[in-house]
Amino acid sequence: MSVVEIKDVGKTFEGGTTALEGIELAIGEREFVSLIGPSGCGKSTLLRIVGDLIRPTAGTVRVNGKPAPQARADRDYGIVFQDAVLYDWRTVARNISLPLELARWNRRRRTGRVQEMLRLVELGGFESHYPWQLSGGMQQRVSIARALSFDPALLLMDEPFGALDEMTRERMNLELLRIWEASGSTIVFVTHSIAEAVFLSTRVVVMSPRPGRISDVIEIDLQQPRTAATREEPRFFELVTRVREALHLGSDLDRKLAAPAAEAQP
Amino acid sequence: MTTAPVAVQPIPRGTLAGRVGRRALDWVPALVVLVLVFLIWQESIAVFHIKKFLAPQPTAIASTFWTNRHELISAGWFTFQEALGGFAIGCGLALVVALVLARWRGVGRALMPYMIAANAIPIIAFAPIMNAWFDPFSKGSKMAIAAVLCFFPVLVNTLRGLTSVRPQSIELMRSYAAGELETFRRVRIPTALPFIFTSLKIATVLAMIGAIVGEYFGGAFTALGVLIDSRSTTFQFKEAWAGIGVACAYGIAFYLALALLERLTLRGVPSTDD
Repeated sequence: MSVVEIKDVGKTFEGGTTALEGIELAIGEREFVSLIGPSGCGKSTLLRIVGDLIRPTAGTVRVNGKPAPQARADRDYGIVFQDAVLYDWRTVARNISLPLELARWNRRRRTGRVQEMLRLVELGGFESHYPWQLSGGMQQRVSIARALSFDPALLLMDEPFGALDEMTRERMNLELLRIWEASGSTIVFVTHSIAEAVFLSTRVVVMSPRPGRISDVIEIDLQQPRTAATREEPRFFELVTRVREALHLGSDLDRKLAAPAAEAQP
Repeated sequence: MTTAPVAVQPIPRGTLAGRVGRRALDWVPALVVLVLVFLIWQESIAVFHIKKFLAPQPTAIASTFWTNRHELISAGWFTFQEALGGFAIGCGLALVVALVLARWRGVGRALMPYMIAANAIPIIAFAPIMNAWFDPFSKGSKMAIAAVLCFFPVLVNTLRGLTSVRPQSIELMRSYAAGELETFRRVRIPTALPFIFTSLKIATVLAMIGAIVGEYFGGAFTALGVLIDSRSTTFQFKEAWAGIGVACAYGIAFYLALALLERLTLRGVPSTDD
């Protein structure tokens, strides 16, 4: 059974802008799927539609076999944004336990799970810290721990490492793969970075703008588990090139830029 | 991956006494200014031969206070009770209205123009009306004036706080299938708390002013405003000044009490006001 099933989804905003058109995508259990594309291709919109944070104007989305609103009500997914969106007045531990409080877990169960999550994201000992006392990478790890705390089948991530520096980002990539491995969840990951998408994913979904649609889906057959050395494999570079070419094919601007050059050739 | 060594600040967990001590040191420059002003005031009256009843020397005011201390402090206490009552009514109402307006924006659009209009009421003109509506010798009439004065700043700031939540914080709560009530309780109200405390601190001073202004238009003989008014109309300026000093002292104490409450409530939140 697919964890996510997107059928002919479209989204037209009130002003008349078509953000998405004819999106078809099925995501299986334990997959790691990245959505990549230029700004305005609707990749974040698609993620929000899967999470029922906005409603599509056409088509259907099913999560865990249920309509998206039902899946949201059942807390079937966790979400991580580009900003960690931690609550400043809550300690690290209380941030992680917030969804558990809302799901009416009792205190003992919450405390146990928070400890487990802190170990998972390797932030043991930081439970009494406040978010503003942590670095950006640590804050994002808290945010991931919070999203996974109630053990959702699906993890939605909207450019989670976009605000981090390159070094921290690569470290967080490895960290995320380890967490993905350990938690057994399915991940949908929105990113701008080609290298990040290839390194993390089992499949990369390439999107193009105006209107946003899927222009290509690329299987990433790099060996699991991936390590820092994966980034230096020839196959990694081949796949990066493939994704880059798919991206440029989907872009209007690139087509226009390429056209005069093509004419000039004999 | 191992946890990267990052600069992590220790949690500021000084004892209350320790913190007060640090803050006491911060007060030194202000105290120096106070002493200097009093010195210049004291000496210039003697040097320039200013008539003593117009501007009594600080030492004269102090000794007047001391001889009348029981009367002044109990008059201040009476007025403070009026201010406290008005503060509670005005701020309480403002908090409730702000919650309603934040929840139902349409109501806000319908009511806000009148709220702003109400804020434009000149309190001086309003005071005699309140004295007519309620018994002028009761505390109630002064509480009404203080309440009106407190209401608006608390309403505006609370509303601002409740609505200045990042959209993603709300999306996050939505993703947890949290209801409107939960979102208010766990996100909107905690976000608004610093705004609320700022306005409550403003309201403490406004409540004292409201009570005293109200008393100027008639009130119990045991009230501080009445005392200041009657002493200054009979040219007992030393007594009037002493009364003003007591009013200030109550106002400052009220403000500091709120500031302390803020400190204790917002322990985890990085402080922005010092």
